[in-house]
Amino acid sequence: MERHCLSLLVENNFGVLARISGLFARRGYNIDSLTVGTTQDDNFSRITMTVTADEQTLEQIKKQLNKLINVIKVIELKQGEAIRRELVFIKVKANDQTRSRVVEISNLFRASVVDVAKESLVLEITGTLSKVDAFLNMIEPYGIIEFVRSGVTGLQRGKHQIGC
Amino acid sequence: MIAAKLIWKCLERENVTTIFGYPGGALLPMYEALRQSSIEHILVRNEQAAPHYASGYARESGKVGVCLATSGPGATNLVTGIATAYLDSIPIVALTGQVNRDLIGTDAFQEADIFGATTPFTKHSYLVKDPLDLPRIIREAFHIASTGRPGPVLIDIPRDLQEENIKNVKFVDKVNIRGYKPTYEGHTGQVRRAIRKIKSSKRPVIYAGGGVRLSYAQDELLKFAEDTGIPVITTLMGIGAFPEDHPLYCGVVGSHGFEYSNKIMEHADLCICIGARMSDRGTTNNVANMNNMELIHIDIDPAEIGKNINDTNIPIVGDAKTVLLELMSKDIKKDTQDWLKTIEMIREDFPILFDANTELDGINPKLLFDAVSDIVPDDTTLVADVGLNQIWAALYFKIIKNRRFFTSGGLGTMAYAIPAAAGVAFATREHPKTILAVCGDGSFQMCMGELGVIAEHHLPVKIIMINNHKLGMVRQQQHDNYGKNHYSGTDINFDVDFMEIAKAYAIKGYRASTNEEALDAIKDALAQPGPTLVECQVNEDFIHI
Ligand SMILES: Cc1ncc(C[n+]2csc(CCOP(=O)(O)OP(=O)(O)O)c2C)c(N)n1
Ligand SMILES: [Mg+2]
Repeated sequence: MERHCLSLLVENNFGVLARISGLFARRGYNIDSLTVGTTQDDNFSRITMTVTADEQTLEQIKKQLNKLINVIKVIELKQGEAIRRELVFIKVKANDQTRSRVVEISNLFRASVVDVAKESLVLEITGTLSKVDAFLNMIEPYGIIEFVRSGVTGLQRGKHQIGC
Repeated sequence: MIAAKLIWKCLERENVTTIFGYPGGALLPMYEALRQSSIEHILVRNEQAAPHYASGYARESGKVGVCLATSGPGATNLVTGIATAYLDSIPIVALTGQVNRDLIGTDAFQEADIFGATTPFTKHSYLVKDPLDLPRIIREAFHIASTGRPGPVLIDIPRDLQEENIKNVKFVDKVNIRGYKPTYEGHTGQVRRAIRKIKSSKRPVIYAGGGVRLSYAQDELLKFAEDTGIPVITTLMGIGAFPEDHPLYCGVVGSHGFEYSNKIMEHADLCICIGARMSDRGTTNNVANMNNMELIHIDIDPAEIGKNINDTNIPIVGDAKTVLLELMSKDIKKDTQDWLKTIEMIREDFPILFDANTELDGINPKLLFDAVSDIVPDDTTLVADVGLNQIWAALYFKIIKNRRFFTSGGLGTMAYAIPAAAGVAFATREHPKTILAVCGDGSFQMCMGELGVIAEHHLPVKIIMINNHKLGMVRQQQHDNYGKNHYSGTDINFDVDFMEIAKAYAIKGYRASTNEEALDAIKDALAQPGPTLVECQVNEDFIHI
């Protein structure tokens, strides 16, 4: 089963998010991440979600989403055709011995240090899933205290648009 | 104008003449305003029945049925009926009162989140927050309920909002919902492929579902079947999509269908599924050969295609009637003589077993429904409940000409038949027709209070109750799954005197213990202008084979 990234244009209405999450729970689809935000038009919101599903289930997910009256459009953000990024904050242990090494790795990944304390650092990184995963891997040995991921969001490249 | 009045005005503009409701605190302003409206309110006896009345009304009239309940317990009582309409794609609008807007979310008196509770089984729903939205929301609700794949829509209306005064009321005629544009016409390329496939197939069957009836495509289906010579099998919901006295008619498919129908499915090399979802119920007992069968799937709901059967060879999203006309726009004549001969052999090998269980005393319900078919008019509507009584009515009562058969096929909701049959009666008050409500002793007792409505309005509903003193269908399943004497909780231990019940409601009652008695009683009942109850004693061991 593969991971797919879907982008939805929805009416900015009461209950839309509940309908969508209810649909996934009810039909047993797996959501890996979900983000919601406003768009250039106040009447609409944009939802980006990543799901793990085989081709047939993915087809059903798209059709079931399209069936919701408040959902205006569903597109798939495919690798290559779209920019897909995630924002992650990582609080990692860092003392006088390790701090500079952590900062060095962060620089390699173009992550930035957004908080410095005696025993820890908070790092911020934006990137594709694989970049974020690779970074987390590198940081792990230093002792991750906690991290938080925004979920993937994305936009199609070039002249394509979801159309509001 | 006060919003409560505006609501009724909007409903009048939707040509609503009758609604089925039950009042309460959160509806006080609406009931006060209702006094000035042309709409007739039918007081149901339990909100649980209200969506079923609306469903029967909608199925008979082709209009949207409307039901109404107060906030909290009134609204939650609607839940089963809304889900029933959803699973059978019946167009109804459910209006519910809600607590004042500033109380929402505080667990106020009689507050229940009915919007949230019903999202899984409404086609769409609204919680009205601004009275100015009412005309648009009501217009949209009726549009959504009745177009595309029909279904229930809920509108939740807070009490304080009903009391607001609105200046400059603007009614809405045109709907424009960006996320809702049902497809009626089939994709021309797929239609062309389907025609080729139909022509090259050797053993095609048409598998007709409730969608054919919802699209009123019976005439088109008849012509299509006759032009191509392709036999027609229906699902439970599809009963009435094709005349049962036609030579190409091949019965009802599925877990409770005819054995010969399921066998025919197994021999087919092409299934033309129209307005059905290839559900578990429809395909049990015949999927064995699905691998060797190709599938053309015609449905107005794209999500139905590929949902239950993975490899649809030719998907056609569109309205049954429109797509059938498109298929018939080309020459589709073909020779199916050999296949029809095979089918004749299958029919002979798996005959309909009228004489099973004949050693038992009491009424043989199969023969009874067969005989009732011969004495009722050609435009009779039969509403069947759920249980053995339903299966017998579905399989042995013949739906021919303009007869109609309604039942709760998708959710299998007991206590559907009596209120739905009453809904049919309300829809046909100007031109009364024969309406049969078939139910069991279990389902009858689940909605007995609704007899009050039937009696009050003197509705010509002829109830045929199959009294086997048991929750028969579940009892049979206990027997089939676990063996004899594994009955549990399916005995209705108190013997109700149903004749006294009928009398209490001023309904003419008959009790019959033989087929002759039952048929005589039904004949007499048909001659009565008002409601009747015919109680048919059926042996508890009479089962469905
Ligand atoms: C509301 C509801 N509760 C329970 C069931 C499960 N059920 C299906 S058939 C049946 C028995 C119905 O008994 P009765 O109405 O006497 O009909 P019979 O099968 O005996 O003809 C039951 C309990 C159901 N379908 N609906
Ligand atoms: Mg019974």
